[in-house]
Amino acid sequence: MATIAPTQTPRRSPDDYTTVKAKYLGRWVSGAVILVLAALALQSVVTNSRFGWETVGKYIRDVSIVNGIAVTLMLTAVSMLIGIVLGVVMAVMRLSHNPVVRAAASSYVNFFRGTPVLVQLLFWYNLAALYPVISFGIPGVALDANQIITPITAAILGLGLNQGAYMSEIVRAGILSVDHGQAEAAGALGISRFRTMQRIILPQAMKVIIPPTGNETIGMLKTTSLVSVISVPELLYSSQIIYARTFETIPLLIVASIWYIIITSVLSIGQYYLERRYAKGNQRNLPLTPWQSITLFFTTHHRAHRQGGTR
Amino acid sequence: MTNTPNPALMSAGTRTMVKADSVDKNYGSLHVLKDINLDIAAGEVVCLIGPSGSGKSTLLRCINHLERIDGGRMWVDDKVVGYDIKGTKLHEQKDADIRRNRADIGMVFQHFNLFPHMTVLENLIEAPRQVLKQKKTDIIPRALQLLKRVGLADKASAYPRQLSGGQQQRVAIARALCMEPKLMLFDEPTSALDPELVGEVLKVMKDLAQSGMTMVVVTHEMNFARDVADRVIFMAEGTIIEQGPAQQIIRNPQNERTRAFLNSVL
Repeated sequence: MATIAPTQTPRRSPDDYTTVKAKYLGRWVSGAVILVLAALALQSVVTNSRFGWETVGKYIRDVSIVNGIAVTLMLTAVSMLIGIVLGVVMAVMRLSHNPVVRAAASSYVNFFRGTPVLVQLLFWYNLAALYPVISFGIPGVALDANQIITPITAAILGLGLNQGAYMSEIVRAGILSVDHGQAEAAGALGISRFRTMQRIILPQAMKVIIPPTGNETIGMLKTTSLVSVISVPELLYSSQIIYARTFETIPLLIVASIWYIIITSVLSIGQYYLERRYAKGNQRNLPLTPWQSITLFFTTHHRAHRQGGTR
Repeated sequence: MTNTPNPALMSAGTRTMVKADSVDKNYGSLHVLKDINLDIAAGEVVCLIGPSGSGKSTLLRCINHLERIDGGRMWVDDKVVGYDIKGTKLHEQKDADIRRNRADIGMVFQHFNLFPHMTVLENLIEAPRQVLKQKKTDIIPRALQLLKRVGLADKASAYPRQLSGGQQQRVAIARALCMEPKLMLFDEPTSALDPELVGEVLKVMKDLAQSGMTMVVVTHEMNFARDVADRVIFMAEGTIIEQGPAQQIIRNPQNERTRAFLNSVL
Protein backbone atom coordinates (compact mmCIF):
# COMPACT_ATOMS: atom_id res chain seq x y z
CA MET A 1 0.00 0.00 0.00
CA ALA A 2 1.48 3.28 -1.06
CA THR A 3 1.69 5.85 1.61
CA ILE A 4 -0.64 8.74 1.11
CA ALA A 5 1.10 12.04 0.77
CA PRO A 6 0.54 14.11 3.88
CA THR A 7 -2.23 16.59 3.28
CA GLN A 8 -0.33 19.21 5.16
CA THR A 9 2.96 20.42 3.72
CA PRO A 10 5.69 20.77 6.31
CA ARG A 11 5.68 24.09 8.08
CA ARG A 12 8.26 26.48 6.70
CA SER A 13 9.65 29.68 8.15
CA PRO A 14 9.09 32.81 6.01
CA ASP A 15 12.84 32.88 5.34
CA ASP A 16 12.60 29.71 3.23
CA TYR A 17 10.64 31.50 0.50
CA THR A 18 12.01 33.69 -2.25
CA THR A 19 9.83 36.15 -4.11
CA VAL A 20 10.06 36.13 -7.92
CA LYS A 21 9.60 39.57 -9.36
CA ALA A 22 6.98 40.02 -12.10
CA LYS A 23 8.54 39.93 -15.59
CA TYR A 24 7.85 42.80 -17.95
CA LEU A 25 8.91 41.75 -21.47
CA GLY A 26 8.17 45.20 -22.92
CA ARG A 27 10.68 46.86 -20.62
CA TRP A 28 13.47 44.54 -21.79
CA VAL A 29 12.55 45.04 -25.47
CA SER A 30 12.42 48.82 -25.28
CA GLY A 31 15.69 48.79 -23.37
CA ALA A 32 17.32 46.65 -26.07
CA VAL A 33 16.06 48.89 -28.92
CA ILE A 34 17.50 51.98 -27.25
CA LEU A 35 20.85 50.25 -26.66
CA VAL A 36 21.08 49.28 -30.35
CA LEU A 37 20.32 52.85 -31.47
CA ALA A 38 22.91 54.17 -29.03
CA ALA A 39 25.51 51.75 -30.38
CA LEU A 40 24.81 52.90 -33.97
CA ALA A 41 25.20 56.54 -32.96
CA LEU A 42 28.44 55.77 -31.14
CA GLN A 43 29.80 53.91 -34.16
CA SER A 44 29.13 56.91 -36.41
CA VAL A 45 30.82 59.25 -33.95
CA VAL A 46 33.90 57.06 -33.73
CA THR A 47 34.30 56.26 -37.44
CA ASN A 48 33.54 59.72 -38.92
CA SER A 49 37.05 61.18 -39.18
CA ARG A 50 35.67 64.74 -39.43
CA PHE A 51 35.03 64.72 -35.70
CA GLY A 52 38.81 65.02 -35.44
CA TRP A 53 39.30 63.07 -32.26
CA GLU A 54 43.12 63.37 -32.48
CA THR A 55 42.76 67.16 -32.47
CA VAL A 56 40.33 66.94 -29.56
CA GLY A 57 42.90 64.90 -27.65
CA LYS A 58 45.62 67.40 -28.52
CA TYR A 59 43.73 70.44 -27.21
CA ILE A 60 41.70 68.97 -24.34
CA ARG A 61 44.37 69.91 -21.80
CA ASP A 62 45.80 72.87 -23.68
CA VAL A 63 47.00 75.69 -21.39
CA SER A 64 44.62 78.28 -22.82
CA ILE A 65 41.69 75.86 -22.53
CA VAL A 66 42.52 75.17 -18.88
CA ASN A 67 42.86 78.90 -18.24
CA GLY A 68 39.48 79.33 -19.93
CA ILE A 69 37.97 76.78 -17.53
CA ALA A 70 39.37 78.75 -14.60
CA VAL A 71 37.76 81.95 -15.90
CA THR A 72 34.46 80.14 -16.50
CA LEU A 73 34.43 78.76 -12.96
CA MET A 74 35.38 82.13 -11.48
CA LEU A 75 32.63 83.91 -13.45
CA THR A 76 30.08 81.28 -12.36
CA ALA A 77 31.02 81.54 -8.69
CA VAL A 78 31.23 85.34 -8.52
CA SER A 79 28.04 85.92 -10.55
CA MET A 80 26.09 83.41 -8.46
CA LEU A 81 27.35 85.00 -5.26
CA ILE A 82 26.25 88.46 -6.43
CA GLY A 83 23.00 86.95 -7.66
CA ILE A 84 22.20 85.25 -4.35
CA VAL A 85 22.99 88.33 -2.23
CA LEU A 86 20.99 90.61 -4.54
CA GLY A 87 18.23 88.00 -4.71
CA VAL A 88 17.80 87.90 -0.92
CA VAL A 89 17.87 91.71 -0.69
CA MET A 90 15.34 92.12 -3.52
CA ALA A 91 13.06 89.38 -2.14
CA VAL A 92 12.97 91.03 1.30
CA MET A 93 12.43 94.44 -0.34
CA ARG A 94 9.47 93.04 -2.29
CA LEU A 95 7.87 92.00 1.01
CA SER A 96 8.45 95.44 2.57
CA HIS A 97 5.69 97.61 4.05
CA ASN A 98 7.03 100.57 2.10
CA PRO A 99 5.39 100.75 -1.34
CA VAL A 100 8.32 102.70 -2.83
CA VAL A 101 10.78 100.02 -1.72
CA ARG A 102 8.48 97.33 -3.09
CA ALA A 103 8.14 99.12 -6.41
CA ALA A 104 11.91 99.60 -6.69
CA ALA A 105 12.54 95.90 -6.22
CA SER A 106 9.77 94.96 -8.66
CA SER A 107 11.15 97.32 -11.29
CA TYR A 108 14.60 95.82 -10.87
CA VAL A 109 13.25 92.32 -11.38
CA ASN A 110 11.10 93.39 -14.34
CA PHE A 111 13.95 95.21 -16.03
CA PHE A 112 16.55 92.47 -15.71
CA ARG A 113 14.18 89.64 -16.49
CA GLY A 114 12.62 91.57 -19.35
CA THR A 115 15.80 92.15 -21.33
CA PRO A 116 18.06 89.42 -22.78
CA VAL A 117 21.21 88.89 -20.77
CA LEU A 118 23.22 89.14 -24.01
CA VAL A 119 21.91 92.67 -24.53
CA GLN A 120 22.72 93.54 -20.91
CA LEU A 121 26.29 92.27 -21.35
CA LEU A 122 26.76 94.44 -24.44
CA PHE A 123 25.36 97.43 -22.56
CA TRP A 124 27.80 97.02 -19.65
CA TYR A 125 30.64 96.46 -22.08
CA ASN A 126 29.82 99.74 -23.83
CA LEU A 127 29.08 101.68 -20.64
CA ALA A 128 31.94 104.05 -21.40
CA ALA A 129 30.00 105.30 -24.41
CA LEU A 130 27.15 106.27 -22.07
CA TYR A 131 29.16 107.55 -19.10
CA PRO A 132 32.75 108.26 -20.14
CA VAL A 133 33.54 109.48 -16.62
CA ILE A 134 32.14 107.77 -13.54
CA SER A 135 31.96 109.99 -10.45
CA PHE A 136 29.17 108.33 -8.39
CA GLY A 137 27.99 111.94 -7.92
CA ILE A 138 30.82 112.58 -5.45
CA PRO A 139 32.81 115.74 -6.14
CA GLY A 140 36.46 115.07 -6.81
CA VAL A 141 35.84 111.49 -7.94
CA ALA A 142 36.39 111.07 -11.66
CA LEU A 143 37.09 107.54 -12.83
CA ASP A 144 37.69 106.65 -16.44
CA ALA A 145 34.90 104.25 -17.40
CA ASN A 146 37.07 102.62 -20.03
CA GLN A 147 39.55 101.58 -17.35
CA ILE A 148 37.04 100.39 -14.77
CA ILE A 149 34.68 98.52 -17.06
CA THR A 150 37.02 95.86 -18.35
CA PRO A 151 35.44 92.92 -20.19
CA ILE A 152 35.63 90.92 -16.94
CA THR A 153 33.82 93.56 -14.84
CA ALA A 154 31.23 93.98 -17.59
CA ALA A 155 30.72 90.21 -17.57
CA ILE A 156 30.40 90.02 -13.77
CA LEU A 157 28.02 92.99 -13.64
CA GLY A 158 25.87 91.65 -16.46
CA LEU A 159 25.64 88.08 -15.22
CA GLY A 160 25.39 88.95 -11.50
CA LEU A 161 22.69 91.63 -11.86
CA ASN A 162 20.68 89.44 -14.21
CA GLN A 163 20.97 86.49 -11.85
CA GLY A 164 19.87 88.66 -8.92
CA ALA A 165 16.51 89.16 -10.62
CA TYR A 166 15.96 85.41 -11.02
CA MET A 167 17.25 84.60 -7.54
CA SER A 168 14.88 87.12 -5.97
CA GLU A 169 11.93 85.16 -7.37
CA ILE A 170 13.35 81.93 -5.95
CA VAL A 171 14.05 83.46 -2.54
CA ARG A 172 10.61 85.08 -2.47
CA ALA A 173 8.96 81.74 -3.21
CA GLY A 174 11.02 80.25 -0.39
CA ILE A 175 9.99 82.95 2.08
CA LEU A 176 6.33 82.63 1.11
CA SER A 177 6.53 78.85 1.55
CA VAL A 178 7.15 79.27 5.30
CA ASP A 179 3.91 79.01 7.25
CA HIS A 180 2.59 82.40 8.37
CA GLY A 181 2.24 81.03 11.90
CA GLN A 182 6.03 81.13 12.22
CA ALA A 183 6.22 84.90 11.74
CA GLU A 184 3.19 85.30 14.01
CA ALA A 185 4.73 83.20 16.79
CA ALA A 186 7.98 85.15 16.54
CA GLY A 187 6.03 88.42 16.59
CA ALA A 188 4.02 87.32 19.62
CA LEU A 189 7.28 86.59 21.43
CA GLY A 190 8.45 90.12 20.61
CA ILE A 191 11.21 89.15 18.17
CA SER A 192 11.95 92.01 15.75
CA ARG A 193 11.10 91.82 12.05
CA PHE A 194 14.75 91.65 11.05
CA ARG A 195 15.60 88.87 13.51
CA THR A 196 12.45 86.98 12.56
CA MET A 197 13.54 87.00 8.94
CA GLN A 198 17.15 86.12 9.76
CA ARG A 199 16.65 83.50 12.46
CA ILE A 200 13.20 82.03 11.82
CA ILE A 201 12.02 82.52 8.22
CA LEU A 202 15.12 82.29 6.01
CA PRO A 203 16.55 79.11 7.60
CA GLN A 204 13.24 77.38 6.90
CA ALA A 205 12.97 78.88 3.42
CA MET A 206 16.32 77.26 2.52
CA LYS A 207 14.60 73.93 1.91
CA VAL A 208 12.70 75.54 -0.96
CA ILE A 209 15.51 77.87 -2.10
CA ILE A 210 18.43 75.46 -2.39
CA PRO A 211 17.29 72.98 -5.08
CA PRO A 212 16.44 75.61 -7.73
CA THR A 213 19.61 77.52 -6.80
CA GLY A 214 21.56 74.40 -7.77
CA ASN A 215 19.77 74.47 -11.13
CA GLU A 216 20.57 78.14 -11.54
CA THR A 217 24.25 77.48 -10.84
CA ILE A 218 24.38 74.85 -13.57
CA GLY A 219 22.53 77.24 -15.88
CA MET A 220 24.97 80.01 -15.00
CA LEU A 221 27.94 77.83 -15.89
CA LYS A 222 26.60 77.54 -19.43
CA THR A 223 25.39 81.14 -19.61
CA THR A 224 28.95 82.34 -18.99
CA SER A 225 29.69 81.23 -22.58
CA LEU A 226 27.70 84.31 -23.69
CA VAL A 227 30.48 86.60 -22.47
CA SER A 228 32.61 85.32 -25.34
CA VAL A 229 30.91 88.10 -27.35
CA ILE A 230 32.64 90.70 -25.19
CA SER A 231 35.94 88.82 -25.58
CA VAL A 232 36.32 87.51 -22.04
CA PRO A 233 38.74 84.56 -22.38
CA GLU A 234 36.51 81.94 -20.75
CA LEU A 235 36.20 78.36 -21.98
CA LEU A 236 34.27 79.02 -25.21
CA TYR A 237 36.22 82.12 -26.22
CA SER A 238 39.52 80.30 -25.55
CA SER A 239 38.40 77.57 -27.95
CA GLN A 240 37.31 80.16 -30.51
CA ILE A 241 40.71 81.86 -30.38
CA ILE A 242 42.38 78.54 -31.22
CA TYR A 243 40.07 77.57 -34.08
CA ALA A 244 40.21 81.06 -35.54
CA ARG A 245 43.91 80.30 -36.04
CA THR A 246 43.80 76.60 -36.99
CA PHE A 247 40.31 76.33 -38.57
CA GLU A 248 39.70 73.15 -36.53
CA THR A 249 36.27 74.46 -35.57
CA ILE A 250 34.41 71.21 -34.80
CA PRO A 251 37.13 69.54 -32.70
CA LEU A 252 37.53 72.63 -30.55
CA LEU A 253 33.81 73.00 -30.03
CA ILE A 254 33.87 69.36 -28.94
CA VAL A 255 36.70 70.18 -26.51
CA ALA A 256 34.61 72.98 -25.00
CA SER A 257 31.50 70.78 -24.89
CA ILE A 258 33.35 67.95 -23.14
CA TRP A 259 34.53 70.31 -20.44
CA TYR A 260 31.06 71.84 -20.03
CA ILE A 261 29.59 68.35 -19.66
CA ILE A 262 32.24 67.31 -17.14
CA ILE A 263 31.72 70.38 -14.97
CA THR A 264 27.92 70.32 -15.14
CA SER A 265 28.00 66.60 -14.29
CA VAL A 266 30.09 67.27 -11.20
CA LEU A 267 27.72 70.09 -10.22
CA SER A 268 24.68 67.88 -10.88
CA ILE A 269 26.01 65.17 -8.59
CA GLY A 270 26.55 67.79 -5.92
CA GLN A 271 23.04 69.11 -6.45
CA TYR A 272 21.57 65.62 -6.36
CA TYR A 273 22.97 64.90 -2.93
CA LEU A 274 22.11 68.38 -1.70
CA GLU A 275 18.48 67.79 -2.70
CA ARG A 276 18.49 64.38 -1.04
CA ARG A 277 19.75 66.02 2.11
CA TYR A 278 17.00 68.62 2.06
CA ALA A 279 14.36 66.00 1.26
CA LYS A 280 15.03 64.48 4.68
CA GLY A 281 12.18 64.96 7.08
CA ASN A 282 9.80 65.56 4.17
CA GLN A 283 9.75 62.02 2.87
CA ARG A 284 9.83 58.85 4.84
CA ASN A 285 11.68 57.00 2.09
CA LEU A 286 14.52 58.87 0.42
CA PRO A 287 14.68 58.62 -3.37
CA LEU A 288 17.02 55.91 -4.64
CA THR A 289 20.50 56.83 -5.76
CA PRO A 290 21.10 56.05 -9.47
CA TRP A 291 23.19 52.99 -8.56
CA GLN A 292 20.46 51.70 -6.26
CA SER A 293 17.83 52.01 -8.97
CA ILE A 294 20.02 50.18 -11.54
CA THR A 295 20.72 47.28 -9.19
CA LEU A 296 17.04 47.13 -8.33
CA PHE A 297 16.13 46.87 -12.03
CA PHE A 298 18.48 43.93 -12.61
CA THR A 299 17.43 42.12 -9.47
CA THR A 300 14.99 39.35 -10.32
CA HIS A 301 14.74 37.58 -6.98
CA HIS A 302 14.27 38.90 -3.50
CA ARG A 303 14.64 37.11 -0.24
CA ALA A 304 11.10 37.08 1.07
CA HIS A 305 11.82 38.75 4.36
CA ARG A 306 13.69 41.56 2.64
CA GLN A 307 10.66 42.60 0.61
CA GLY A 308 9.83 46.22 1.28
CA GLY A 309 13.02 46.84 3.16
CA THR A 310 13.51 47.21 6.86
CA ARG A 311 11.20 49.37 8.85
CA MET B 1 6.75 105.13 29.34
CA THR B 2 4.60 108.07 28.52
CA ASN B 3 1.43 106.12 29.29
CA THR B 4 -0.62 107.59 32.07
CA PRO B 5 -2.54 105.15 34.27
CA ASN B 6 -6.20 104.79 33.54
CA PRO B 7 -8.00 106.48 36.45
CA ALA B 8 -10.87 104.00 36.20
CA LEU B 9 -8.46 101.19 36.93
CA MET B 10 -6.80 102.88 39.89
CA SER B 11 -10.00 102.91 41.94
CA ALA B 12 -10.48 99.15 41.67
CA GLY B 13 -9.39 97.05 44.59
CA THR B 14 -7.42 94.48 42.67
CA ARG B 15 -5.05 95.27 39.83
CA THR B 16 -6.69 95.06 36.43
CA MET B 17 -4.59 93.19 33.87
CA VAL B 18 -6.73 93.56 30.76
CA LYS B 19 -9.39 96.17 30.08
CA ALA B 20 -11.36 96.49 26.88
CA ASP B 21 -13.26 99.75 26.51
CA SER B 22 -15.85 99.77 23.67
CA VAL B 23 -13.56 97.77 21.41
CA ASP B 24 -14.60 97.56 17.75
CA LYS B 25 -12.98 95.56 15.00
CA ASN B 26 -13.85 95.16 11.32
CA TYR B 27 -12.52 92.89 8.62
CA GLY B 28 -13.57 94.90 5.59
CA SER B 29 -17.35 95.10 5.84
CA LEU B 30 -17.48 92.32 8.43
CA HIS B 31 -18.02 93.70 11.93
CA VAL B 32 -16.26 91.04 14.03
CA LEU B 33 -16.13 92.79 17.41
CA LYS B 34 -18.95 95.11 18.47
CA ASP B 35 -18.50 97.41 21.43
CA ILE B 36 -16.69 94.92 23.68
CA ASN B 37 -16.30 95.95 27.33
CA LEU B 38 -14.27 93.69 29.56
CA ASP B 39 -12.16 93.74 32.72
CA ILE B 40 -9.82 90.95 33.66
CA ALA B 41 -8.12 91.11 37.06
CA ALA B 42 -4.55 90.03 37.71
CA GLY B 43 -4.50 86.34 38.58
CA GLU B 44 -7.88 85.69 37.02
CA VAL B 45 -8.46 82.80 34.61
CA VAL B 46 -11.04 83.65 31.95
CA CYS B 47 -12.36 81.29 29.31
CA LEU B 48 -13.87 82.68 26.13
CA ILE B 49 -16.40 80.30 24.62
CA GLY B 50 -18.81 80.55 21.73
CA PRO B 51 -19.50 79.32 18.22
CA SER B 52 -16.83 79.73 15.52
CA GLY B 53 -16.89 83.18 13.97
CA SER B 54 -18.12 84.72 17.21
CA GLY B 55 -14.99 86.89 17.49
CA LYS B 56 -13.38 85.23 20.53
CA SER B 57 -10.05 84.54 18.81
CA THR B 58 -10.04 88.02 17.33
CA LEU B 59 -10.62 89.54 20.78
CA LEU B 60 -7.71 87.50 22.12
CA ARG B 61 -5.46 88.66 19.28
CA CYS B 62 -6.42 92.29 19.92
CA ILE B 63 -5.07 91.98 23.46
CA ASN B 64 -1.48 91.60 22.21
CA HIS B 65 -2.09 93.72 19.12
CA LEU B 66 -1.69 90.92 16.61
CA GLU B 67 -4.88 92.53 15.34
CA ARG B 68 -5.36 96.28 15.30
CA ILE B 69 -8.62 97.51 16.80
CA ASP B 70 -10.69 100.00 14.83
CA GLY B 71 -12.52 101.64 17.71
CA GLY B 72 -12.45 101.93 21.49
CA ARG B 73 -9.37 101.18 23.50
CA MET B 74 -7.55 98.17 24.89
CA TRP B 75 -5.46 98.35 28.06
CA VAL B 76 -2.96 95.79 29.33
CA ASP B 77 -1.55 96.39 32.80
CA ASP B 78 -2.53 100.08 32.75
CA LYS B 79 -0.99 100.74 29.35
CA VAL B 80 -2.91 101.42 26.16
CA VAL B 81 -2.21 98.67 23.65
CA GLY B 82 -0.60 99.93 20.45
CA TYR B 83 -0.54 103.64 21.34
CA ASP B 84 1.39 106.15 23.40
CA ILE B 85 -0.56 108.90 25.09
CA LYS B 86 0.97 112.37 24.77
CA GLY B 87 -1.30 115.09 26.10
CA THR B 88 -4.63 114.60 24.44
CA LYS B 89 -3.24 112.64 21.51
CA LEU B 90 -2.81 108.92 20.96
CA HIS B 91 0.34 108.26 19.00
CA GLU B 92 0.45 105.00 17.11
CA GLN B 93 3.37 102.92 18.32
CA LYS B 94 6.05 101.80 15.94
CA ASP B 95 6.35 98.16 15.07
CA ALA B 96 9.46 97.76 17.25
CA ASP B 97 7.65 99.17 20.33
CA ILE B 98 4.59 97.01 19.73
CA ARG B 99 6.81 93.94 19.60
CA ARG B 100 8.68 94.96 22.75
CA ASN B 101 5.39 95.31 24.63
CA ARG B 102 4.37 91.83 23.53
CA ALA B 103 7.37 90.40 25.39
CA ASP B 104 5.25 90.59 28.58
CA ILE B 105 2.36 88.68 27.04
CA GLY B 106 2.74 84.99 26.29
CA MET B 107 0.68 83.45 23.54
CA VAL B 108 -0.07 79.83 22.70
CA PHE B 109 -1.46 79.01 19.27
CA GLN B 110 -3.80 76.34 17.99
CA HIS B 111 -1.09 74.94 15.69
CA PHE B 112 1.76 75.31 18.23
CA ASN B 113 3.97 77.23 15.74
CA LEU B 114 7.17 75.88 17.21
CA PHE B 115 10.28 76.70 15.19
CA PRO B 116 10.89 73.37 13.41
CA HIS B 117 14.57 74.00 12.60
CA MET B 118 15.45 74.45 16.27
CA THR B 119 15.60 71.95 19.12
CA VAL B 120 13.12 72.24 21.97
CA LEU B 121 15.70 74.02 24.13
CA GLU B 122 16.61 76.41 21.30
CA ASN B 123 12.92 77.19 20.85
CA LEU B 124 12.77 78.29 24.49
CA ILE B 125 16.03 80.26 24.42
CA GLU B 126 15.49 82.19 21.19
CA ALA B 127 13.15 84.98 22.33
CA PRO B 128 14.73 85.70 25.76
CA ARG B 129 18.06 86.04 23.95
CA GLN B 130 16.85 88.18 21.05
CA VAL B 131 14.28 90.29 22.88
CA LEU B 132 15.31 90.45 26.54
CA LYS B 133 19.02 90.35 25.58
CA GLN B 134 19.68 87.80 28.29
CA LYS B 135 22.74 85.56 28.25
CA LYS B 136 22.32 82.00 27.07
CA THR B 137 23.88 80.67 30.28
CA ASP B 138 21.29 82.61 32.30
CA ILE B 139 18.36 81.34 30.25
CA ILE B 140 19.23 77.63 30.07
CA PRO B 141 18.59 76.76 33.75
CA ARG B 142 15.22 78.53 33.60
CA ALA B 143 14.35 76.81 30.30
CA LEU B 144 15.23 73.37 31.68
CA GLN B 145 13.18 74.09 34.80
CA LEU B 146 10.19 74.98 32.62
CA LEU B 147 10.59 71.84 30.52
CA LYS B 148 10.56 69.85 33.74
CA ARG B 149 7.42 71.68 34.80
CA VAL B 150 5.59 70.70 31.58
CA GLY B 151 6.92 67.13 31.91
CA LEU B 152 9.39 67.22 29.03
CA ALA B 153 12.73 67.40 30.82
CA ASP B 154 14.10 64.60 28.63
CA LYS B 155 13.10 66.26 25.34
CA ALA B 156 15.37 69.33 25.49
CA SER B 157 17.47 68.25 22.52
CA ALA B 158 14.60 66.80 20.44
CA TYR B 159 13.26 68.54 17.35
CA PRO B 160 9.55 69.47 17.27
CA ARG B 161 8.75 66.95 14.49
CA GLN B 162 9.94 64.14 16.79
CA LEU B 163 7.26 65.05 19.35
CA SER B 164 3.55 64.30 19.51
CA GLY B 165 1.08 67.15 19.16
CA GLY B 166 0.48 67.22 22.91
CA GLN B 167 4.20 67.39 23.61
CA GLN B 168 4.64 70.14 21.04
CA GLN B 169 1.92 72.21 22.62
CA ARG B 170 3.49 71.77 26.06
CA VAL B 171 6.80 72.98 24.59
CA ALA B 172 4.94 75.97 23.13
CA ILE B 173 3.59 76.78 26.60
CA ALA B 174 7.09 76.48 28.08
CA ARG B 175 8.44 78.70 25.29
CA ALA B 176 5.91 81.41 26.15
CA LEU B 177 6.63 81.08 29.89
CA CYS B 178 10.39 81.39 29.29
CA MET B 179 9.76 85.09 28.58
CA GLU B 180 8.39 85.37 32.14
CA PRO B 181 5.12 86.97 31.00
CA LYS B 182 2.55 88.58 33.28
CA LEU B 183 -0.34 87.43 31.09
CA MET B 184 -0.89 84.29 29.04
CA LEU B 185 -3.19 84.06 26.03
CA PHE B 186 -4.31 80.67 24.70
CA ASP B 187 -5.93 80.49 21.27
CA GLU B 188 -7.76 77.13 21.09
CA PRO B 189 -4.69 75.31 22.43
CA THR B 190 -6.20 71.81 22.21
CA SER B 191 -8.28 72.10 19.02
CA ALA B 192 -5.59 70.61 16.75
CA LEU B 193 -4.83 67.69 19.05
CA ASP B 194 -5.87 64.07 18.90
CA PRO B 195 -8.44 63.46 21.66
CA GLU B 196 -6.10 61.34 23.79
CA LEU B 197 -3.50 64.13 23.86
CA VAL B 198 -5.83 66.90 25.05
CA GLY B 199 -5.62 65.93 28.72
CA GLU B 200 -1.85 66.37 29.11
CA VAL B 201 -2.03 69.93 27.75
CA LEU B 202 -5.01 70.86 29.89
CA LYS B 203 -3.20 69.52 32.96
CA VAL B 204 -0.24 71.85 32.30
CA MET B 205 -2.66 74.75 31.85
CA LYS B 206 -4.48 73.87 35.06
CA ASP B 207 -1.18 73.83 36.99
CA LEU B 208 -0.34 77.18 35.49
CA ALA B 209 -3.73 78.59 36.51
CA GLN B 210 -3.22 77.37 40.07
CA SER B 211 0.18 79.07 40.21
CA GLY B 212 -1.63 82.42 39.91
CA MET B 213 -0.96 83.29 36.27
CA THR B 214 -3.46 85.59 34.58
CA MET B 215 -4.89 83.58 31.70
CA VAL B 216 -7.29 84.26 28.86
CA VAL B 217 -8.24 81.03 27.12
CA VAL B 218 -10.28 80.59 23.97
CA THR B 219 -11.48 77.01 24.18
CA HIS B 220 -14.08 74.43 23.29
CA GLU B 221 -13.19 72.31 26.33
CA MET B 222 -16.21 72.95 28.53
CA ASN B 223 -14.99 70.69 31.33
CA PHE B 224 -11.77 72.67 31.53
CA ALA B 225 -13.70 75.94 31.55
CA ARG B 226 -15.99 74.68 34.30
CA ASP B 227 -13.21 73.28 36.50
CA VAL B 228 -10.39 75.77 36.02
CA ALA B 229 -11.79 79.11 34.92
CA ASP B 230 -12.81 81.79 37.42
CA ARG B 231 -15.07 83.31 34.83
CA VAL B 232 -16.58 82.19 31.54
CA ILE B 233 -17.54 84.61 28.81
CA PHE B 234 -19.92 83.48 26.10
CA MET B 235 -19.58 85.37 22.83
CA ALA B 236 -21.67 85.27 19.65
CA GLU B 237 -21.60 87.45 16.55
CA GLY B 238 -18.97 89.80 17.94
CA THR B 239 -20.63 90.61 21.24
CA ILE B 240 -20.48 89.31 24.80
CA ILE B 241 -23.82 87.60 25.33
CA GLU B 242 -23.37 86.39 28.86
CA GLN B 243 -20.60 86.13 31.43
CA GLY B 244 -20.20 85.04 35.01
CA PRO B 245 -18.65 82.45 37.33
CA ALA B 246 -17.70 79.34 35.37
CA GLN B 247 -19.98 76.90 37.23
CA GLN B 248 -22.97 79.16 36.88
CA ILE B 249 -22.56 79.88 33.16
CA ILE B 250 -21.97 76.26 32.20
CA ARG B 251 -24.43 74.59 34.57
CA ASN B 252 -27.13 77.20 34.59
CA PRO B 253 -26.93 79.63 31.66
CA GLN B 254 -29.53 82.38 31.67
CA ASN B 255 -29.42 83.43 28.03
CA GLU B 256 -31.24 81.45 25.37
CA ARG B 257 -28.27 81.45 22.97
CA THR B 258 -25.81 80.35 25.64
CA ARG B 259 -28.12 77.48 26.47
CA ALA B 260 -28.41 76.47 22.80
CA PHE B 261 -24.63 76.60 22.34
CA LEU B 262 -23.89 74.59 25.47
CA ASN B 263 -26.50 72.00 24.51
CA SER B 264 -24.78 71.54 21.16
CA VAL B 265 -21.28 71.06 22.57
CA LEU B 266 -21.85 69.19 25.83
